[in-house]
Amino acid sequence: METSKVIHAIYNDDDVLMAAVKSVKAKKHHIEEIYTPFPVHGLDKAMGLAPTRIAIASFLYGCVGITVATVMMNFIMIEDWPQNIGGKPSFSYLENMPAFVPIMFELTVFFAAHLMVITFYLRSRMWPFKKAENPDPRTTDDHFLMEIPVHGNEKELHDLLSQTGAVEINIIDNAH
Amino acid sequence: MEYKISNRLRLTAIILMVVGALGVGYSFLSSHVTFEEVETMLANESHHGDGHGETTTDHTVKETHDIAEGTHDTHKTEAHSDSHDSVDEHTKHVNHVMHAMHNRPWSAFYIAAFFFMMISLGVLAFYAIQYAAQAGWSPLLLRVMEGITAYLLPGALIVLLIAVASGTIGHYNIFVWMDPDVVAHDKLIQGKTGWLNTWGFAIRGLVFIAGWSLYRYFSRKFSIAQDKANDNKNFKKTFRISAAFLVFFIYTESMMSWDWIMSVDPHWFSTLFGWYVFAGMMVCGVTTIALITLYLKGKGLLPKVNDSHLHDLAKFMFGFSIFWTYLWFSQFMLIWYSNIPEEVTYFVTRIEDYKLPFFGMIAMNFLFPLLLLMNSDYKRIPWFVVMTGVMILAGHYIDVFNMIMPATVGDQWYIGIPEICSMLFFAGLFIFIVFTALTKAPLEPTRNPFVKESEHFHY
Repeated sequence: METSKVIHAIYNDDDVLMAAVKSVKAKKHHIEEIYTPFPVHGLDKAMGLAPTRIAIASFLYGCVGITVATVMMNFIMIEDWPQNIGGKPSFSYLENMPAFVPIMFELTVFFAAHLMVITFYLRSRMWPFKKAENPDPRTTDDHFLMEIPVHGNEKELHDLLSQTGAVEINIIDNAH
Repeated sequence: MEYKISNRLRLTAIILMVVGALGVGYSFLSSHVTFEEVETMLANESHHGDGHGETTTDHTVKETHDIAEGTHDTHKTEAHSDSHDSVDEHTKHVNHVMHAMHNRPWSAFYIAAFFFMMISLGVLAFYAIQYAAQAGWSPLLLRVMEGITAYLLPGALIVLLIAVASGTIGHYNIFVWMDPDVVAHDKLIQGKTGWLNTWGFAIRGLVFIAGWSLYRYFSRKFSIAQDKANDNKNFKKTFRISAAFLVFFIYTESMMSWDWIMSVDPHWFSTLFGWYVFAGMMVCGVTTIALITLYLKGKGLLPKVNDSHLHDLAKFMFGFSIFWTYLWFSQFMLIWYSNIPEEVTYFVTRIEDYKLPFFGMIAMNFLFPLLLLMNSDYKRIPWFVVMTGVMILAGHYIDVFNMIMPATVGDQWYIGIPEICSMLFFAGLFIFIVFTALTKAPLEPTRNPFVKESEHFHY
């Protein structure tokens, strides 16, 4: 394993951070990661991150949910044992559909919501007892940290970052 | 930015009104069928198709007639059904069909009048909500809304006029409870005459219209005064009257829906009907705001309106469409589930005689906007919003159609000259009044305290 170096630039204002991201991007440096204590509006756009597709996933999960509800109730109420319960027509699914709609709706929402949340956890690699990946505890309180990999251009990066108003610049060796 | 109505648009509006008026006139004249004409028409209908036996067809016709009749004069039918012979049944059937055919142009005209009135009333409520909620995104659209609400006063007066005229110069063509002969034989309507009487109907209607128009008049006045003022006094006044109006509105809108729509079926009642009508008018109102905004923006008259405003309007169209469906379904499902005979006839007549419009409107008002406006990107594409908007407006016309027609014309419905020409007439009138009102004030409010926020609105 080669030893790589990253540079950690720490800011204490989100506006300064945004300006710094823009100037680092303008100089075509790759930003490895940014740690912030709260969502910074527009940061993803400034970093050029691809938009999330979680809403599409959620829509598909909702489709699964309504299918599960329909197939389940069609089997139970219509095919398996079509009893006469209070005079409700159980000859076909469509005839008794109004009674099934509340369940179809709820299962659609249930699947869409829960599977989307689980997808989010999987994609963000979050689970109980996971070791926190936190380079500096201050980033959970009031500091912003930008991590840039160093490829022998330490000096240039250091100068650039100090111009952008970083309050602290550290070079970290870490084994990948 | 000043707006001047283009000659082409004014000409279109006038042509629509003229063509519509001719068609409406024609449908009123041609609807005066005599007893003999209806008799031959029905005879021809039952002789149609050699495959069916004459008696079976006759029987089916009579059966549908009985169901349609069920809504207004169950009592009469029940009281007379055994004692009278088949000749009398035949006369009654022909009379019933004849009356339904006489009702058709009245109902078509009334539906179209109500539909456009409902758009502008929905916009007025939406406008008041923008002020009361101190919305930061919408001030750029306030003048468009004010233009649309200009139709409210004439439009609502026309609706009330048609309703009252149908019971005075007409032959009780829309509201059976206006007919003293029907009331004399109907215990249920007799019990409701405290509310359902023509004088009360007219006076209530005038009070509703007066209240809405007063709010519209003063909010418009303060909105224009705010442009030239040095402080925000006018805005604060509008904020206060908007809050008061919303309280007044929700009561009067509910009563208006009982009076102007629900009372066409005086034997039937539903407690969430007012909300249901409200949801329909809100979605139509927001859709119309979006369509007119896109038209004006297309002409370069609203340069500061961006696709985030469109996105918000489309979100409201989406949300209110689902809200409408929620109320439609709640009303339908509760009545379907409990299946109490006196309530369920309302839906029985609609499902038997109006299957396509009744279920078709669910596709138009729910599935279509649900699937097309769910995607955030699509909500920013003008032609997408226009396409969905046209579908929503058409769907809600069918919704009003489904509320009025089954009670007045029963199974004699059709979407033909009376319906289409009534729509053309009121569409022309609506365009004429709304776009004339839009020329009366600059299209962008200048000193609204939230207008800067609205100009930079970004979602």
